[in-house]
Amino acid sequence: MTLVKDSVMTSLESVKDPEIDTVSVIDLGMVEDVSFEDGHVSVKMLPTFMGCPALEIIQKNVEEALYKVEGVDSVEVKFINNPPWTSDRITEQGHVRLREFGIAPPPTHSDSGEWHVDCPYCGSTYTTMENIFGPTACRSILYCKGCKNPFEAMKPVSTIM
Amino acid sequence: MKTVEEAKQDASYKSALTELLYQLADDDFIVAYRGSEWLGLAPHIEEDVAFSSISQDTMGHATMFYQLLEELGEGDADHLAHGRTPAERKNAIILEEVNGPGHYLKEPRYDWAFAVVRHYFYTLAKKIRMESVKQSSYEPLQHVAVKVNMELYYHHMHWKTWFMQLTGTQGEARERMLTAVETVLEDFGGVLTLGPKEDEITKHGLIEGEEFQRKRWLQEIKPIFESLNIEMPKALGMKRGNGRAGEHTEDLDSAIDTLTEVYRQDPAATW
Ligand SMILES: [Zn+2]
Repeated sequence: MTLVKDSVMTSLESVKDPEIDTVSVIDLGMVEDVSFEDGHVSVKMLPTFMGCPALEIIQKNVEEALYKVEGVDSVEVKFINNPPWTSDRITEQGHVRLREFGIAPPPTHSDSGEWHVDCPYCGSTYTTMENIFGPTACRSILYCKGCKNPFEAMKPVSTIM
Repeated sequence: MKTVEEAKQDASYKSALTELLYQLADDDFIVAYRGSEWLGLAPHIEEDVAFSSISQDTMGHATMFYQLLEELGEGDADHLAHGRTPAERKNAIILEEVNGPGHYLKEPRYDWAFAVVRHYFYTLAKKIRMESVKQSSYEPLQHVAVKVNMELYYHHMHWKTWFMQLTGTQGEARERMLTAVETVLEDFGGVLTLGPKEDEITKHGLIEGEEFQRKRWLQEIKPIFESLNIEMPKALGMKRGNGRAGEHTEDLDSAIDTLTEVYRQDPAATW
């Protein structure tokens, strides 16, 4: 039983964000609850951004991964809205892996609403915001004056906003 | 606070709740559609990326509201979005208005000033409504509102920046912005109304009343207008009718026609 649960977690760890293949759904803090009983796995997940077109793909990939686990006969994957996903759910490992991919992890949001990110390539703090809306809803585009590279950053989202 | 099951057992509550959800869903649905028509036509490439991202988010919000309706037994969310006739829609009329003369495939003469004003004013109104339904008596709606509100933060910041910059200049940009402000205000009362069923909606504690929402909106816009030297509106009109009561214009007919064309070909297809 615990063995199956371990394999379930390992298999969730193997499901990556379709667009950032170094980062798993666990790293992103999208998995809220996993339960296992009599061969049935039920997973509750939190959508990051609601307009995110990757959600359906992620759901399908999670289902496929879980069906491959020995001892699993049926799978239910559900997106729920409570608690809301916030960017501080991304794990430390998630931060490391995002940087590896060239995406700056989300900074914490200050009360003034201002936020700042360092360059994921060279670590320089001399960066400017180019476009708050990046190629997907959850990312922004910035420019590093240090190494003169454009880069993307995960947007901070929190309930205080 | 009520759950899905509790809401389903209370006919009067459910009828008020579904009314409000249709208004929220239909507003987001049509304004996201109008936004998506700008794809490739925005003033610059960065704006194209930003605007399409905002429209995609907004369509995601509409989907959430349609899903809440589906949970209440109103039918399949996809059908609610695509399969309903214009007369069944509850969106405000100003949100259905075309982006400008022309067609987005041939010679679009869209008005960017109108787009900025409409989206800015709407986003502000939506923010006020979401803050209010965070305290709604319907629990699933509360949860969605918290989520929507976090994303709205960025939409609001985006449109406010455009609004301030274009209106804060002199010459043609400012003139066109002021004209757009006037046009949008003439029908903006339609966004801030709860329609014929307001009493039922507020009685059940689903959202604060329209008088309150109008006041909040004017209160929020006041410092912005003052800093830009724009006269405060004397009234928020409903010049072309009340969309909440099913009154609409030809612009909605043609929009629904276009956007449901694919859906009607094969309603059972999965997207
Ligand atoms: Zn750098």
